Amino acid sequence: MNWNNWIPLLVVISSLLPGLIIFSLAEDKVRTRVMLNLFGAFAKLALVGLMLWGVYQGYHYETRLPLLPNLDLVLRAGPLALLFVSLSTILWLVTTVYAIGYLEDSPHRSRFFGFFSLCVTATVGVALAGNLITFLVFYELLTLATYPLIVHRGTEEARLAGKTYLRYTVTGGALMLIGTVWLYSLTGTLEFTPRGILSNIGEQHYPALIIIFVMLIAGLGVKAALVPLHGWLPKAMIAPAPVSSLLHAVAVVKAGAFGIVRVVYDVFGVEFAAGLGVLTPLAWLAAFTILYGSLRALFQDDLKRRLAYSTISQVSYITLGVAIAGPIATIGGVVHLVHQGLMKITLFFCAGNLAETLGIHKISEMNGVGRRMPWTMAAFTIGAFGMIGAPPIAGFISKWYLGLGALNTGQSWVIVVLAGSSLFNAMYFLPILHRAWFMPSPESWPSEHHFGNKETAWALLLPPLVTAAMALAAGLLVTVPFSPLEWAKLISVREFYQP
Amino acid sequence: MVTQTAYLDIPWGIILILLPLVGAMFCFLFPRKVKVLGLITNIGITMSVFGLGWQLLEQGIYRHSVGGWGAPLGIELYADGLSMLMLTTTALVGFAISIYSTSYFNQTLAVRFWPIWLCLLAALNALFLSADIFNLYVTLELLGLSAVALTALTGSKEALTGAMRYLLATLLASLAYLFGVVLLYHSFGSVDLTVLAETIKASPAVWAAMGLMGTGLLLKTALFPLHFWLPPAHGSAPAPVSALLSALVVKASFYILIRLWFTLFEPLMDGDGVETLLGLLGSAAILWGSVQALRQSRLKLLIAYSTVAQIGYLFLIFPLATSVGSVAWNGVAYLIISHALAKSAMFLSAGNLLHYGGHDRIADLDRVVQRLPLTAAAFGLAGVSIMGLPPSGGFIGKWLLLEAALANSRWDLVAVIILGGLLAAAYVFKVIGHTFTQAPVTHEAKSVSASMEWAALLLAVGAILLGFLYVPILSILEISEIAITSGGGL
Repeated sequence: MNWNNWIPLLVVISSLLPGLIIFSLAEDKVRTRVMLNLFGAFAKLALVGLMLWGVYQGYHYETRLPLLPNLDLVLRAGPLALLFVSLSTILWLVTTVYAIGYLEDSPHRSRFFGFFSLCVTATVGVALAGNLITFLVFYELLTLATYPLIVHRGTEEARLAGKTYLRYTVTGGALMLIGTVWLYSLTGTLEFTPRGILSNIGEQHYPALIIIFVMLIAGLGVKAALVPLHGWLPKAMIAPAPVSSLLHAVAVVKAGAFGIVRVVYDVFGVEFAAGLGVLTPLAWLAAFTILYGSLRALFQDDLKRRLAYSTISQVSYITLGVAIAGPIATIGGVVHLVHQGLMKITLFFCAGNLAETLGIHKISEMNGVGRRMPWTMAAFTIGAFGMIGAPPIAGFISKWYLGLGALNTGQSWVIVVLAGSSLFNAMYFLPILHRAWFMPSPESWPSEHHFGNKETAWALLLPPLVTAAMALAAGLLVTVPFSPLEWAKLISVREFYQP
Repeated sequence: MVTQTAYLDIPWGIILILLPLVGAMFCFLFPRKVKVLGLITNIGITMSVFGLGWQLLEQGIYRHSVGGWGAPLGIELYADGLSMLMLTTTALVGFAISIYSTSYFNQTLAVRFWPIWLCLLAALNALFLSADIFNLYVTLELLGLSAVALTALTGSKEALTGAMRYLLATLLASLAYLFGVVLLYHSFGSVDLTVLAETIKASPAVWAAMGLMGTGLLLKTALFPLHFWLPPAHGSAPAPVSALLSALVVKASFYILIRLWFTLFEPLMDGDGVETLLGLLGSAAILWGSVQALRQSRLKLLIAYSTVAQIGYLFLIFPLATSVGSVAWNGVAYLIISHALAKSAMFLSAGNLLHYGGHDRIADLDRVVQRLPLTAAAFGLAGVSIMGLPPSGGFIGKWLLLEAALANSRWDLVAVIILGGLLAAAYVFKVIGHTFTQAPVTHEAKSVSASMEWAALLLAVGAILLGFLYVPILSILEISEIAITSGGGL
């Protein structure tokens, strides 16, 4: 038996199994739960590290299990899959630490961490999926696993937010299901293949293929929060901070964006899709989403809602990079998958810290908060500047490659969108920073908790510092092997534009 | 120790029919020991089913002439892949429900429940093993009567009303079916399915027989608009009974229907009028049942209407399946077993909630559901399969149906399948949404025994696991006349 064929499956199981055990744990078994969580996270990290090294050396990791006639459940660790898997694994570990601190002494923790692990399982499955049906299976599992997290607080508002979330995602999933079956009935295969699976399709099927493309993108666009399918995202902000962090940085939103990358490159093939004429509308939609999200973010006073609209805008950079359809823009889009994750999770961790420590939920309450919580706000500042695209933070790299790629393919209008979005980003992030660092603090905070001489609990403070440092490092150390950018270049060479 | 060949020679089919009858008799004789007797019988049944399965895998289609008398004169038992799947489903679901029932019923009700349930089990097994239309009638009648008796078990006013309606519907249906049998016997001089398949020719008598038998079976299967008896009966019966009725009993008449259709009538048909009609009714059932389920305020009625909708899916076999073993055929077979597991899990969970909280009003379930996490999990997992979301048996079934619908360019059916799934998601999450809301404690509740919670959960987990068992299930399903074309029995 070749062990390499089981590693992808083990990566999935390394969070599934702890999750299932956690469900059965009594509420007060804190230590066991923490141990299980951390054990799963580190096991996954080790396995992913092994595969990263292996794939770099040219090894092949693939698990294949029968699912349907002629359709297998395939988990395959290619470079692109590993990029997303690594991101999820690292951020899962960090978020788990954060969630342990954040949810201390709150009810239903076994339920929470159980579904949290399931959520990561589904994300990793989405990342490793080697064909469209496997992708669909885990994509739907993700919907089911995140729903309990969104409604976790159990208020009426949370229940309604969950309902909205399901309306969008289940409908999107249904569209995707039709698209997938239809595609299968035309091609007889759903395997993710470099340059797509459609090269042998007759021209009479092109109209059908366009509809299939629209259906798949609609299904994925719901999770990727493409306007006008984004309505659920700001409402889902009702979820606890660790959930929002994971939702925005890794799990749901990214699964959608990642799916769009997969569909464009490995199902349709980018040249074929461009030939169908479906990429330009997609690029326009992404551009519109980028501007619309930024514009809406400007007018939010609730910090988490502002960040939510910022996510809508930022995630579409990935879609935009894909839809521009050139090697350089693709590198920009794919690397943004990681960069946006690192920066956005930092921002959400910080927002959670403000809410937990000082009871601050609104931007108008943030005056002088930098002096009360300097470390948290330092991390926030790095994240915010990264979002704006200031060098040398990670966000700059993404925007640089996107812009360069657009110019390379002669689509200079993208530069205008990028510049406009950066301007908006600055307009909604800089005032926050100004308030936090330069305005005088109020006499008392809305609801202050003290943690000795520290600004907040360790478990809450460390995660944003770590992720902020990673966002900075991803921008500074771009040429180091295994940096996100280098890996994205590897993906572009090996998977998308392989000779 | 029994050697392997001896094990293969045991007439497992006969045991499957006689064992529950003997068990039922012992239950009458020793009313104090009903639970033990019932459980032992169920264990025996499960083992016999595996014995039969082994025989089937080793030797192909199973035929056994009772008392050595062959087809035209004596009773012949017959089992192919589909029968085997139905028998296995019956045994496993029945076993879980039996475990549940040992805790659910108090002694007074248990004394009534067990003998009737074992009779019902005998009827189901005999039905799935029958190869002639008259035996099918006998088993159908026994099945209907035991089912009605179980519905009326508690003797409450509501239960009696439901049971009465059910009784009238089932008697009428059996009568119609019997007329059809008489017509066929009169025309062709045989009731054996294999013989009939060879001799049957299109004639007015055959069409009349088809109409009568078909209508009778549709009524028993509760296809829209003949479903009127199902919600009150399934909604008012005790939970394990509702589970049995929804999971197994309605499937039995559907099983006869597809047997008759694909062996006797389909080869005679010129146009596709019947297929179209049944497809339309099935689609209507999916939409109507789902909408009705969504509108219910009581959990058990919601689940009962969901059954009406899910039965609709089964009828898509008529417009979509061209032959035994085609994609749609496999899809429907898959839906039958996954629905059996998921729906029984749902009814058992509902029983737990009802038992714990004393009511099944969905809007007030909050606190109840939260006290029973295993039950909530069971309902949720079963819901995943009912919605047809992956990974679950329901997903595989729906995928295959969608594949068949697309291959035939039946966009209307694609739309119905998808819409039915969305509506199912709506009514399942209508319940699940309350699992997470906070609710104050209102009154002290009765505790639910672990076996009741686990029985529901295991069934639901089974429905999920079916999503990964396509290969073995298909290999069993493939044991049919098509695969092995060696002639008849002895």
